[in-house]
Amino acid sequence: MALEKPYKDVPGTIIFDSEMARKGYHLNQFCMSLMKAENRVRFKADEHAYLSEWPVSEEQRQAVLDRNYNAMLALGGNIYFLAKIFSSDGKSFQYAAALMTGMSEEDYKAMMVSGGRSPDGNRYIRENK
Amino acid sequence: MARITAGIGASHVPLIGRAIDTQDTQSEYWKPLFDGFDFTKKWIAEEQPDVIFLVYNDHATAFSLDMVPTFAIGCAEEFAPADEGFGPRPVPMVEGAPDLAWHVAQSVIQQDFDLAIVNKMDVDHGLTVPLSLMYGQPKKWPVKVIPFAVNVVVYPTPSGRRCYNLGKAIRNAVDSFDEDLNVQIWGTGGMSHQLQGPRAGLINQEWDKRFLDRLADKPEELADIAHVEYIRETGSEGIEMVMWLVMRGALGDNVTELHRHYHVPASNTAVGHIILESQN
Repeated sequence: MALEKPYKDVPGTIIFDSEMARKGYHLNQFCMSLMKAENRVRFKADEHAYLSEWPVSEEQRQAVLDRNYNAMLALGGNIYFLAKIFSSDGKSFQYAAALMTGMSEEDYKAMMVSGGRSPDGNRYIRENK
Repeated sequence: MARITAGIGASHVPLIGRAIDTQDTQSEYWKPLFDGFDFTKKWIAEEQPDVIFLVYNDHATAFSLDMVPTFAIGCAEEFAPADEGFGPRPVPMVEGAPDLAWHVAQSVIQQDFDLAIVNKMDVDHGLTVPLSLMYGQPKKWPVKVIPFAVNVVVYPTPSGRRCYNLGKAIRNAVDSFDEDLNVQIWGTGGMSHQLQGPRAGLINQEWDKRFLDRLADKPEELADIAHVEYIRETGSEGIEMVMWLVMRGALGDNVTELHRHYHVPASNTAVGHIILESQN
């Protein structure tokens, strides 16, 4: 019997479940390696070479090189693991969040200061057209 | 006898730690948030708890995908603040309470909650930010800490009901420890926030406030909230609020709300804070 996944109809959201954790295993473990300063230095010096040491898929590799976080999420990346990449770039969670929403960091920050994104119209994919 | 006298709920946003570490707590952006903890700092200085049972989640710091324990209790003598990519936070080592921690592990496992026992673990902002919020910047933390990590990162995460019942088992365990200790339990994380994808930035103030309204007297209702409701209503990272239910479960049936604070935003997050005193 298939596992129940009632969260599939939440818009703009990927839940890091068993399916995603398997898909993104190597991508996320690559991210974890950036917790070590010496690995960050090697990664920044030659991203292609560093990534080639990890058995990530071509799509995952390209998404990392492009810093395309939505693509990385869709390919099994988890945001707390992906945070090691933008931290290595000297970027904040707010920077990454703005990027994923397609807003400028300034507009995103202003949205948060004025109370954040409303859940209204954002609960179900069907209402978020 | 040891006893759990009070519980604290508090968010653990990493940027709050950074504001404290860089002396930025009085700026226009941060002051309204930190003002809500003034009461708590005075209160806790008078209460002088001996041990904090600190329920938090690890954010891909100590636990990668190598191992994902659902519930993990820290039984070590001490825990180092983790390097999360920028170097460790400039905060003191966290002193453990291994005698009580091992006692709780034994008792709780015998009550059918299968904990992972951790003897070596660095602790990330999930644990150190709440300590900084309550105690400021001391040279040494004035309290011992039992880190208790809950998996809220890799689904399936434990249900709210499971967390609430686990809290009850923790209370039984502490009650049966012979040493005379004043123990507090803190539930950290939340409230509404989503850090990922096009829906990042979601905040649901109305939902959060209803959660706070019911925490003291209607915890059974909160224990019934399904994962998908947290995700849909409070953002994908709002699931952290199940950790507040461990805290609530450990306070017994009768509690009094002593203090509450709610502020939006800290970075991407709605910050909630509450103090509950156990009346049992």
